[in-house]
Formats: sequence, structure tokens, C-alpha cells
Amino acid sequence: MRTVAVVGASLAGLSAARSLRKQGFDGRLVVIGDELHRPYDRPPLSKEFLAGTLGEAELALETDGEDLAAEWLLGTRATGLDHTARTVRLTDGHEVRADGFVIATGAVARALPGSEGLAGVHTLRTLDDARALRDELARGGRLVVIGGGFIGAEVASTAYTLGLEVTVVEAASTPLAGPLGDTMGAVVSGLHADHGVRLLCGVGVKGLSGEHRVDAVLLEDGRSIPADIVVVGVGARPCVEWLAGSGIALDNGVKCGADGRTSLAGVVAVGDCANWYDPRAGHHRRVEHWTGARERPEAAVATLLAGGAVEPGVPRPPYFWSDQYGVRIQFAGHAAEADSVTVEAGSAEGRDVLAVYRRAGRPVAVLGMNQPRLFMRVRKELAATTS
Amino acid sequence: MMIPACRLADLPRGEAFRLDIDPPVSVFHTDDGEVFAIDDTCTHQDASLADGWLEGCEVECPLHASKFDLRTGAVDSPPAKLPVRTHEVVVEDGMIYVRLSTDAPNLPPCISARLAGGPA
Ligand SMILES: Cc1cc2nc3c(=O)[nH]c(=O)nc-3n(C[C@H](O)[C@H](O)[C@H](O)COP(=O)(O)OP(=O)(O)OC[C@H]3O[C@@H](n4cnc5c(N)ncnc54)[C@H](O)[C@@H]3O)c2cc1C
Ligand code: FES
Repeated sequence: MRTVAVVGASLAGLSAARSLRKQGFDGRLVVIGDELHRPYDRPPLSKEFLAGTLGEAELALETDGEDLAAEWLLGTRATGLDHTARTVRLTDGHEVRADGFVIATGAVARALPGSEGLAGVHTLRTLDDARALRDELARGGRLVVIGGGFIGAEVASTAYTLGLEVTVVEAASTPLAGPLGDTMGAVVSGLHADHGVRLLCGVGVKGLSGEHRVDAVLLEDGRSIPADIVVVGVGARPCVEWLAGSGIALDNGVKCGADGRTSLAGVVAVGDCANWYDPRAGHHRRVEHWTGARERPEAAVATLLAGGAVEPGVPRPPYFWSDQYGVRIQFAGHAAEADSVTVEAGSAEGRDVLAVYRRAGRPVAVLGMNQPRLFMRVRKELAATTS
Repeated sequence: MMIPACRLADLPRGEAFRLDIDPPVSVFHTDDGEVFAIDDTCTHQDASLADGWLEGCEVECPLHASKFDLRTGAVDSPPAKLPVRTHEVVVEDGMIYVRLSTDAPNLPPCISARLAGGPA
């Protein structure tokens, strides 16, 4: 393999580029990214960066003096993959020819239909998004967060520490029920009320009101919630439209094996855009978390370099963290598979739980709030039990 | 400075012992029976490496998974970027002693600010 093109220049793309060099690839390495920035870390965008306690320079993912001997094509978007000609087409009309491809185009924040062009309405995915939101939050006022998931909850928590009046609107009856299940979703989202942040559940958003600038969020039950700033945190979708017509199998992202291999030879997919086969769960799942985007490229790159001739290992169960209201939330595994959840240390009321999720008595997931030590024990146990 | 940590017999393989000095230092007993001491606080944020995932001669931070080499203190990948200090370990009469490094520690920004008397 003489040339490898990595499409997407963020955490998964950088990790793939690093893995390529680490695994001995010494050919031409091209990294294509549509943002102008060098790879930066996203988790602080809803936390320390938004709060103003961490600057832009500290978001850099590369270390000082790091040199991967790669060609960085930044500020240009891939618009198509031609598998037969083995090229990636770019917005500026150029094409990059390569023998191997790593798809690492991540995900984009979902917008609220009809909110386009209305000032004061934000989504949060990129550094540019975070700069804009940070500048607005600094002016204070009433913030309404649409969506009580992790990003929404973190923005609410950060805005609360900045002194804003915050309301969170969640369509489901319990926020975080998807990733954490009903019981623990309620415990974690109880953090809002603990801090006087209003949480409205079980009601959908009908639309936004305002002429040029948003002035209220209109709910489906007829209520109108006054707002100076609105953050839409209703999830993200994988950036894979550019692959349409390439012949690659797409299904909620790029469909791939446990080792990142896709339906096309010489093409692997990693990070938030990849819908991996999870051998533990026995089905595909797309995981939008930092640790997977950081770790899995190693296996994908091994697959790419070996021409698909390696046995994929069983990846560790998905893991993520979230920081809200000064509480460290950690989760590993799959809540949806559990038939029971038990609090094994701390308490729900104390907001310091260690909860273990089990299926037929076997642990399948674990949640910790400010319990890093115990959490790690169970996380290790989970990784050891291969199904 | 030589500081007594704990008895070797009280520290099973695969486990870590945290010395609550300032900044804290942790002693790791690897599965291969080696003993190492490094600064306990991750250089990225306020996390205790003694709570981390020990594998071979590496400990993975319990929060965001940067791995530190117990022998050199070097970090393998982001989000942490700086190494941790390593300290010399001496085992005498079954007791583990740590000879503290005289280098300046690489503490995470939140802790450096606190030590400097600024906001936590
Ligand atoms: C605000 C925020 C907070 C988060 N907090 C946490 C947290 O606390 N814990 C946790 O575990 N995870 C967190 N995450 C998730 C984590 O950041 C992601 O899982 C991770 O960034 C995924 O990396 P990635 O490289 O796959 O995708 P991305 O980071 O989305 O990067 C993809 C890159 O590809 C570029 N791109 C897209 N399409 C194209 C194209 N056609 N051509 C060229 N380039 C393209 C994009 O512009 C982007 O730069 C957070 C995410 C956000 C946004
Ligand atoms: S606190 Fe250790 S990697 Fe973040």
C-alpha cells in the first residue's frame, strides 16, 4: 500500500493517521478535513471551553512538535468516493488517488426544522459553534435547551454556572432513558432540579417564535417559554451523504465489521460515522463517544494494512463520560440489554451512585456518578466477560 | 526524600497504593511483580491514576483513557499531553520506600491553579 487517504481530520482521523505510522506505514499519507482547524478535542466544547476556563490552544489534539509526515488538506470537503478509480473527489475539484481509505467523517448536529436564519439559535458540534455560543452566553439572559441528552445537559450545566436562567425541554418522559434506561436516566437528570434548572419533560417543541432573533420556544401543549438564547441538542447524524453512489454499504452510517472493514475492499470506517458490528451485542451499533473514536482506528488500520487478513479482536464495551454540575458521570456497556439495575454503592439521592445493569444475572453495563474507582473495577469485569 | 509507602506483602499484584502527600504519589505492583511509583494525578485533569486500569507496565487513566508508562512516565495519546513524574522505588525488609523526584510535577491546569491560590 503506497498511499492512504484519511477523510475527516478530527479525533478518529488523527488516531487513524497515528496508528498508520505506528504500524509501520511509511507511504504517502493524506488527511482531508473540511474544517480549517487542526484536529481539536470536542468534549471541552460543552464544558470548560464554553465556561471560558480552557482556551483554544488547549483543545489541540496533536502534541507540540508532533509530525506524522502527512499532507493535510484542510478546509476542503470530500464530495465523493470512486472505488474503481480509487479516488476521493474534493469540493475544489481536485481528486486524491489512494490505495487505502479511512472514512472518519464523524457526525453533524441535527437542526430544528424552521430555525434557520433565526439569531440566537445554536447547535453545538464544532469549535466555530462553540465560539459563537460562548460569546452569546457571556451576555447572560434566559437560555432554553431543547433536548435533555448529554450535550444538552452539559450546556445547561455550564450555562447555569455562568449565571444564566436555564430551562431544559425534553420530549421523552425521562431524559437519557435511551443510553441509561428510565431509572438511571431520571437519577442523572435529577441533577438539573438539584441546581434549580427547570426541566420540562414529555412535551415536544412545536417551533420557535421571533422576527430576526428568537424570543420564545413554543411547546406542543400550547405553552410558550421565553428565551434569549436557544440551544438545540437533539442528537447528531453521521456524515455519510458524500458516500452515496460509491457502492459502500450505508445503514445508519457506514456499515462495517468489528475491525472497521466496510463492504468495499481497501476502505475502513472509524469513529462517529461508523456503524460497527459489536460481537458482544451480536448486532451493529453506532457509538458516538470519544473513547471509541480514539481506540478503534488501531484495529481498523491493522485491517487496512493487512488487506483484511487479520482476526478482529473483541473491542472493549463502549465507554463514555459526561461532566454535569460538577459530577463526573461515567458509563460503560449497553443499558438496553439489561433486565435489572441495582445500586451497589452510594445512593440515587446522594447523586453518587454506582449502578450495575444485569441481564440474567450477568453484568452488561455500569453507571458511576463520582465513583471512578469502583466504576473502573466493574468496567474491567465487563471487558473480561466476552459473550 | 525517602518515604515509606506500604509493605510489599500488603500490595497484591495488579493493585496500586496511593500515598496521600501533596501532590499524591502512587505505587503500582504489576502483574509481573515489578513495583513502580509515579505521580498519582493525571496530567490532563483531576483523576487518580491509582484508580486506573493497570495492564503490563502501563496504567490507563480512569477518566479519559490516556495511558502512562510506569517506567518512564510517558503518555501515549491524548487527551493528556504531558508525562507524569516517575519516582525511584526501594524495597527494604519487605517495606516499599519511594524516593521522590526533585523534578517539577506536571499537574493538570485545574490543580496548578488551586496550588497557586487561584480558583479551583
Ligand atoms: C460538544 C461535544 C461534547 C462531547 N462530550 C463528550 C464526552 O464528554 N464524552 C464522550 O465520550 N464523548 C463526547 N463527545 C463525543 C466525541 O467528541 C465524539 O465521539 C468524537 O469527536 C468523534 O470523533 P470523530 O473523529 O469520529 O468525528 P468528529 O469529531 O465529528 O470529526 C469528523 C470530522 O470530519 C469532518 N468532515 C465531515 N464530513 C467531511 C467530508 N465530507 N470531507 C472532509 N471532512 C469532513 C468534520 O468537519 C469533522 O471535523 C462530545 C461531542 C461534542 C460535539
Ligand atoms: S483526566 Fe486523565 S486522561 Fe483525562
